[in-house]
Amino acid sequence: MIAKLSPTQMAWRAAQDIDDGAYVNLGIGFPELVARFQPPGRQAIFHTENGILGFGGAPHPGEEDWDLINAGKKAVTIKPGTAFFHHADSFAMVRGGHLDVAILGAYEVAETGDLANWSTGPKGVPAVGGAMDLVHGARRVAVMTDHVTKDGKPKLVARCTLPLTGVACVTRVYSSHAVIDIEGGHFVLREKLPGLSLDDLQSLTGAELRTPGPVGDLIVPEL
Amino acid sequence: MDKTIGSLALAVATIGDGMTVMIGGFGGSGAPVELIHALIDRFLATGHPHDLTVVNNNAGNGHVGLAALIEAGMVRKLICSFPRSADPVVFTERYLAGRIDLELVPQGTLAERIRAGGAGIPAFYTPTGHGTDLAKGKPVEVFDGRPYVRERWLKADVALVKAHLGDRLGNLTYRMAARNFGPLMCMAAARTIVQVSRIVEPGQIDPEAVVTPGIFVQGLVEVPVPAQEEDLNRAGARYPRVAE
Repeated sequence: MIAKLSPTQMAWRAAQDIDDGAYVNLGIGFPELVARFQPPGRQAIFHTENGILGFGGAPHPGEEDWDLINAGKKAVTIKPGTAFFHHADSFAMVRGGHLDVAILGAYEVAETGDLANWSTGPKGVPAVGGAMDLVHGARRVAVMTDHVTKDGKPKLVARCTLPLTGVACVTRVYSSHAVIDIEGGHFVLREKLPGLSLDDLQSLTGAELRTPGPVGDLIVPEL
Repeated sequence: MDKTIGSLALAVATIGDGMTVMIGGFGGSGAPVELIHALIDRFLATGHPHDLTVVNNNAGNGHVGLAALIEAGMVRKLICSFPRSADPVVFTERYLAGRIDLELVPQGTLAERIRAGGAGIPAFYTPTGHGTDLAKGKPVEVFDGRPYVRERWLKADVALVKAHLGDRLGNLTYRMAARNFGPLMCMAAARTIVQVSRIVEPGQIDPEAVVTPGIFVQGLVEVPVPAQEEDLNRAGARYPRVAE
């Protein structure tokens, strides 16, 4: 069993790449953790699809205002500089190229940059929310995901088998084992866990990992 | 001119069978719970309206508001982006049994289709959904080297919206993120009915603060302390109340 990063640690690593003043949308679930780890001296402004820029953290239990929620329907707070707007303006921010970064979860990411993260197939009730909009428009579309499924199968693949969220949209993957860019239809390895050989990482990955440049150690604090 | 309506029952009295009804809200925030419940009351008393097509971001939560409207059997089709919630049992059971139709629309496309409907734009192109199952069969055109999907406007017979303050001319303000789809739906319906926490005289809303201008509103009804869907669900509420 190879050690791997927890979702909290993946979030920490993703947060290191967010610049001061960046406008950022964090997907529902684990990507929301990224907001906790802004490096000192940097302040990102978080966007939520339902019409808030610059919201704060969760209120104390019992102090929720249900007119003030995020896209995951969780209560949030306002802080100095918060702005409200309607849904068409919210998605103008998304599609119009005004967001700097979107960080999403994934079922599968392909070396082509294709993302599948909204449907596991024809069974059940399909739900898409804002995912298909978010993958278009943000200057960087990053994915935060375990490197393999619970069954040990690669989530980074040559071609997605599940229904797509978007075509050629992902630019970087923060996985439990590595940081990988998607360039020119290929996975380009930037960082990997220090105890993990390139061969071992390749065996957990469903498409070729290229290493045109140096590969750094993926070192994250205990969190 | 005075757009105020004296009761919730009167506010929903003209909604007919088979109509398309936009219902504001994102989850519980902005959901016009009292207007929806008044519509259910009318259905239970008269058998109408039924076979509604409802446009909302979601598909209801628990057994109140939109979920209760579906549970009452009044909805034939739902147009939404995310038919899941903490307790989606009402929609899920009907959908899996083939008793309700679903048109799933990406959230930003849903918002823009509604905006376009209100703005007189019959179609537009968006990058969203290109190459996915949700764009199958839709025309695609390349602009500046990038493919875009053509989407149609969305209009409604009636919109039911929750706002915060409304003056007698229909000028509206909203409260925090309860704004969401409200301003868009007000524009896109032939008849827009808004529940507000307080009806005020013209001039009492600063013109700089008006979010929805009154031209988009046909009726206003005052609901001084509106219920929050989340609070109702946490209390285990059902509408209508089940006989003890």
